[in-house]
Amino acid sequence: MVQPRNFGFGEDEKALKEVAHAFFRDKFPTDRLHRLVASNWKQEQESECYWDRSLWQEIVELGWLTIAVPERLGGAGMSTVAVAGLIEEAGRAALPSPLISTLSACYILDACATEGADLALALVVDGKTFSFASGDRYGSWENETCDISVSDGVLNGTAWFVQEARKADYFLVKAKSELGLGLYVMPANTPGVNICADKIIDLTRDQAHIVFDNVRYDDVQVVAAPGEAVAALQSATPAMLTILSADMCGAAEWQLQTTVEYARSRVQFDRPIGFFQAVKHPLVDFMTEIDQSRALTYNAACAIDHEPEMAEQFARMAKAAATDAVGYGSRISVQLHGGIGFTWECFVHLYMKRQLHSQFILGDAAYQRAKLGALVLA
Amino acid sequence: MAKNSAGETPEQSEFRAHCREWLKKNVPAPPAFKMPATSGGILSLEQLEYARSWQLSAYNAGLIGCDYPSEYGGGGRSNCQAIANQEMRNARTPVLAGMVGLQIVAGSMCIHGSEAVKRRFLGSIFSAQELWCQGFSEPCAGSDLASLQTFAQRKGDRWIINGHKVWTSMAQFADWMLLAARTDKHEKYKGLTVFVVPVKAELDKSVTVRPLVKITGDAEFNEVRLDNLEIEDSYRVGEIGEGWNVISTTLAHERGAGFYIEPLSGGQGLQSKSQKAEKIYPLVELARNSVKNGKPVSEDPVLMDRLMKMLTRSQGIRQMRRMRSVKDLAGNPARFAMQDKVVAADYLQQMSALAMEIQGCGSTLATSDPNAPDGGRWSRSYLDSFGATIAGGTNEIQRNIIGEKILGLAKTK
Repeated sequence: MVQPRNFGFGEDEKALKEVAHAFFRDKFPTDRLHRLVASNWKQEQESECYWDRSLWQEIVELGWLTIAVPERLGGAGMSTVAVAGLIEEAGRAALPSPLISTLSACYILDACATEGADLALALVVDGKTFSFASGDRYGSWENETCDISVSDGVLNGTAWFVQEARKADYFLVKAKSELGLGLYVMPANTPGVNICADKIIDLTRDQAHIVFDNVRYDDVQVVAAPGEAVAALQSATPAMLTILSADMCGAAEWQLQTTVEYARSRVQFDRPIGFFQAVKHPLVDFMTEIDQSRALTYNAACAIDHEPEMAEQFARMAKAAATDAVGYGSRISVQLHGGIGFTWECFVHLYMKRQLHSQFILGDAAYQRAKLGALVLA
Repeated sequence: MAKNSAGETPEQSEFRAHCREWLKKNVPAPPAFKMPATSGGILSLEQLEYARSWQLSAYNAGLIGCDYPSEYGGGGRSNCQAIANQEMRNARTPVLAGMVGLQIVAGSMCIHGSEAVKRRFLGSIFSAQELWCQGFSEPCAGSDLASLQTFAQRKGDRWIINGHKVWTSMAQFADWMLLAARTDKHEKYKGLTVFVVPVKAELDKSVTVRPLVKITGDAEFNEVRLDNLEIEDSYRVGEIGEGWNVISTTLAHERGAGFYIEPLSGGQGLQSKSQKAEKIYPLVELARNSVKNGKPVSEDPVLMDRLMKMLTRSQGIRQMRRMRSVKDLAGNPARFAMQDKVVAADYLQQMSALAMEIQGCGSTLATSDPNAPDGGRWSRSYLDSFGATIAGGTNEIQRNIIGEKILGLAKTK
């Protein structure tokens, strides 16, 4: 299949992105984010979970939670390119929310194509939030690794590095049995599901390891039977990588514009510091890195919609490029702010910390390139 | 205007069909002698004539200068050159002889030139009947171009010009030069004026052209000395003292960010269809076929990581060019256009350097050595890549311009 030249970014996609842009600009400016997540600088904040539930309710009412749920199940069923546009705007606002975690679960559930998965997607249409619980103790992003086992209808073990765990109503749990890996939908308040919050650096997210202690489930909670999970996960991986990259690109553009603004207004040696090439050139380099990452991200999204055979390669490229771009950009955004950039009161650390988190989620740049290499050389 | 599903106006679709039809029958076979990959590499007269006759025939078919007004010999269309370029690329056409004229001269001449200048010169630029070179850089005026010293002295209705230009590609073949000269010694930026001056007609009289050998050992550019060269005032482009404005327009076109899109110079001989995969993923075959320290390079995780970084970069540039034309996603299209040269030049250099590392010791061999891997093309390409990162304004100067024009940072000059 061939991709449309314009990435499939048509009127609907444009309208959604514009509405999202205005929504976050008006309702969630950075000073509000800072008040929400960074009012308390003492150690305890590292295990706090800050998010604006009334803002989230508005987002749910706008229908954005169901954007990746197929129309036949009552969702908006929009293109991946549309989702990327929405998430880019949410990333620009560094929005603390279970949006990405729920959308990621939607992609996995949709790929499962089972009755149980359809029922779970219907929960999303009802406004319920999800998170995918799969990581092992060492933070592996391989589909095959797993520290949770299932036998006799009971789950035991721990899922690590679970995103937005305290914002999720449901977990999509990966567990292994003799027959292979399966996927199970589990309400967060199920007895035996113990959410142990991690103390994390990123103030805009929350993360936990979840201990499953003899947790029972019904057949209807099995959304991918043992042995069926890996195929579903492989199919959903490009979309998960792509929307995370979109979030990183949006946040990166905030970092760029904020640092540019500072370089235009901060005067030293009688000149705005942006005059100096040691400041000017890194900002230009960051800009070019962002633009390539964005272009790769929309290319990956468009491939998911129109050229699925290339989707994983392109999505790996997008995540690798975005990871490198924000690693560089976060560094210069703090460095070029000078002394104030080193403080808690300056906003740039919020984004640096969010990007730091994103760099490692779903695998860092070297990991993406190793996966890409295997695909290219295959 | 109504657009079809591909986002093209009726004029554009009709034009695309015309290009496709014409190219099907009229792309000449590659010549018996070797042609360079770009027009800047044209060294012999037979290469020149081949490239020139192709340009004339493409021009007569309406594929060159499509978007320029018809009264100056252009096609009188709008937004069609990019379509002709796509079709020419797909048809693997030969290089165009008059790229300097098309890329550097025509755009700013059309914007700043007098009616008489436009009528006299534009048509012959498009048809390659006359060839051009650019006379901007001087030994002491590179990145700080506005410090140039070539002086034009007014004498009644005429100008007398003395000076020294360098890095002048195609001067050995050129009929004309677009010359930047100083007309006021007391004003830096406001003391410059641009002229059209004869080269071939004055050769070895008031104009001397001497080859400058570049880092690869090829004589692909020249230095040009002007000694009491006399021209009429009607050969001026733009107002007296307005030269910097003309120069800026010219450089924007040279860097691919000008108002007029340049025709695409060739593709013939660069790739065949079977090499298409290699074009999408450069160096992958090289890595598969290279052995380093007893192991295939494709099993070396460090080199493979860097190779994947390079593939990502290559795809990133490709997608950035695609996004540039999607207004709703690109935001400010100038942001994409202006960075193209910087990222593409850096990429070429980094890719060539990686290819040399993949080849290991074989990269010490020159193109003339029979044992050189890939004919020595990567070491040569690495050396040549500095042309891309330096010519047309160094990447450092480009970063200044992007920082100032796109990000609004304080001006360096």
